[in-house]
Amino acid sequence: MFRNHILICGGTGCSSGNSHEIARLMEEKLKAEGLENEVKCIMTGCFGLCACGPVVVVYPEGAFYAHVKPENVNEIVEEHIIKGRIVTHLLYKDPEQVEKETVKSLNETQFYKKQTRVALRNCGLIDPENIDEYIAYDGYQALAKVLTEYSPQDVIDIIKASGLRGRGGGGFPTGVKWQFAKNTPGDIKYVCCNADEGDPGAFMDRSVLEGDPHAVIEAMTIAGYAIGSHQGYVYIRAEYPIAVKRLQIAINQAKEYGLLGKNILQSGHDFDLEIRLGSGAFVCGEETALMTSIEGHRGEPRPRPPFPAVKGLFGKPTLLNNVETYANICQIILRGADWFASMGTEKSKGTKVFALGGKITNTGLVEIPMGTPLRTVIEEIGGGIPNGKKFKAAQTGGPSGGCIPAQYLDIPIDYDNLISIGSMMGSGGLIVMDEDNCMVDIAKFFLQFTKDESCGKCTPCRVGTQRLLEYLDKITTGKATMQDLDDMEALCYYIKDNALCGLGQTAPNPVLSTLRYFRDEYIAHVRDKKCPAGVCKKLVRFEITDACKGCTACARKCPVNAISGKVKEIHTIDPSKCIKCGVCMDTCKFNAIVKK
Amino acid sequence: MGKIKLTKVAFSGTAEQEAELRAKLAETKKMQGGLMPSLQAAQEIYGYLPIEVQKIIAEELNVSMEEIFGVATFYSQFTLNPQGRYQISVCIGTACYVKGAGEVLDKIAEVLKVEPGECTADGKFSLNATRCIGCCGLAPVFTINEQVFGKVTKDEVPGILRPYIDGE
Repeated sequence: MFRNHILICGGTGCSSGNSHEIARLMEEKLKAEGLENEVKCIMTGCFGLCACGPVVVVYPEGAFYAHVKPENVNEIVEEHIIKGRIVTHLLYKDPEQVEKETVKSLNETQFYKKQTRVALRNCGLIDPENIDEYIAYDGYQALAKVLTEYSPQDVIDIIKASGLRGRGGGGFPTGVKWQFAKNTPGDIKYVCCNADEGDPGAFMDRSVLEGDPHAVIEAMTIAGYAIGSHQGYVYIRAEYPIAVKRLQIAINQAKEYGLLGKNILQSGHDFDLEIRLGSGAFVCGEETALMTSIEGHRGEPRPRPPFPAVKGLFGKPTLLNNVETYANICQIILRGADWFASMGTEKSKGTKVFALGGKITNTGLVEIPMGTPLRTVIEEIGGGIPNGKKFKAAQTGGPSGGCIPAQYLDIPIDYDNLISIGSMMGSGGLIVMDEDNCMVDIAKFFLQFTKDESCGKCTPCRVGTQRLLEYLDKITTGKATMQDLDDMEALCYYIKDNALCGLGQTAPNPVLSTLRYFRDEYIAHVRDKKCPAGVCKKLVRFEITDACKGCTACARKCPVNAISGKVKEIHTIDPSKCIKCGVCMDTCKFNAIVKK
Repeated sequence: MGKIKLTKVAFSGTAEQEAELRAKLAETKKMQGGLMPSLQAAQEIYGYLPIEVQKIIAEELNVSMEEIFGVATFYSQFTLNPQGRYQISVCIGTACYVKGAGEVLDKIAEVLKVEPGECTADGKFSLNATRCIGCCGLAPVFTINEQVFGKVTKDEVPGILRPYIDGE
């Protein structure tokens, strides 16, 4: 028995903040104090509150230390572990309780209180590199139950009844997908896991694989049993080295324990799992492209039908689900379809993980029941927008999604509601933007992304995204006409209707949704040649106001000598020379330089 | 897809590297769909995929050069150009972008006098703009080899690069 457990986050965010060094020093210090048999130190997966990393949690108190530095280790051990006094100055400060000096445990903070963790339940709790810890938290019980008590059809019926829908973006009912794969006859079938999380700003799949890899392995084995498959592939981004490493360790351990391989738990069911690394092509997140890539080719999508459930990987019937979808499966089996279906809205059941990012205080991962209003996520869990700025829009669904303006902040988040307001769930990236972000610039950013990532197979996407980007370029440089705006919109619909795969069909969404809600911003760029947010360089003008004291600091810093004026007199900027680098504005101590 | 840039740097692979690659390929060619793992292994060994290396893979796996070149140029992680001893990657994912990653990238390019996607003449630094590396909590982020720098402002860039520029 250990009297204290020290959990140190080993997710990618905290690792970059040197959490491995903290763990090493912690172990060293505990040993030096002769406490290595009384206090256990565990490297866990992501806690979710990446903005406060590196994160260290000490149990049984649940004391939540934020922004821990290697030099804080001695203090935590000497004060908290040895003397029993919590190191209050290192504790995470919940905005709500700044005045009160009470110690709050992790689960009572604003950030965690409103969350319901199903897919992330073990992240930040167990050591992902130790299968025994997963087993201690009911791991592999669902698999045992399935193999001993249920027929393959029973399993599929449970998943169907739970109402689980694909978490990768499309939202297709998972049970129905499994049924298709089961119904197709064939000796060889494959189970695939899509861990090619390419949406910029989304990292929930990475966190699940880093924090709870066995949950995915167990669910894929169950899926194999349900559809009659003996071989699985996890297609994972090479950009996620920690996740790849932990998943490989987990697969090896599961094999050692007889939970993967031949005759699992003496049931007669065989299932093996292999990792395949992606190599940085966004289109490979599309299911047919992903399979083409596993086959060793250029990751180009193919037309559907035939659907993967009929003719997928290597021409065989294939089931493909996303990481987060799999992470829900074992809990549904153990706790029942009714329990899962009791959470969420009418057509979207369970919970969804969102990666909160952008202009928000608590960047990180949050898991909320479907139907939670966007306002709750941004203002309560996310802690609002920093620096007193005003909310402008939330972007969901990555490059395939759209921007949600302030008037829809109270809409309950689920698949259908998001589509009805011109966005989509996508894989769950949620980027918050404030008044300083230009919506045309954001649309251009996403189009630049999809244009680069278009695989080039079909013309509407290959050429269409390029042309869309050119329109946006004209708009942001003040060269567009009102006619261009209409033509651009028509082109958007053309691409949507004609592109081969999901990438192309959704590529115009960022443009369409910003046109829908922020048309005046577009018009300001086109008609008035102005960027209201002051982002688009070509349209911005720097001017010096009467507040100028004539200190000459800006004139000395200007790299192109565009500023002139005498000492103690108001300076002026020559717009024909100005390159709009903003150095003068940063330099001025009197806030006398404004962007217009 | 960006323009394909072929390297002008002469190939300097060693016999040991070739032996290592051929041993690796003996394993990967048994895999179903083994071309990607083969290219990944080759890039591990050489750091990039020059035409000479692609030829070895073509020979061992018995696939055409056209197929190999097609795959090698499709995926952004494969590079036909040698990378610098210090590989700098600036994340331009959405979260980083809205927090000013573009300015950070420009600043690094300015300080090192190198364009994104290129390597400095002395082979010391290469600079790339990359997709989201999933550290959105630390945005904006860039990496030098394995080392991650988070919450960076453009003004901090010269200070961060200084020890790398001065050191070996």
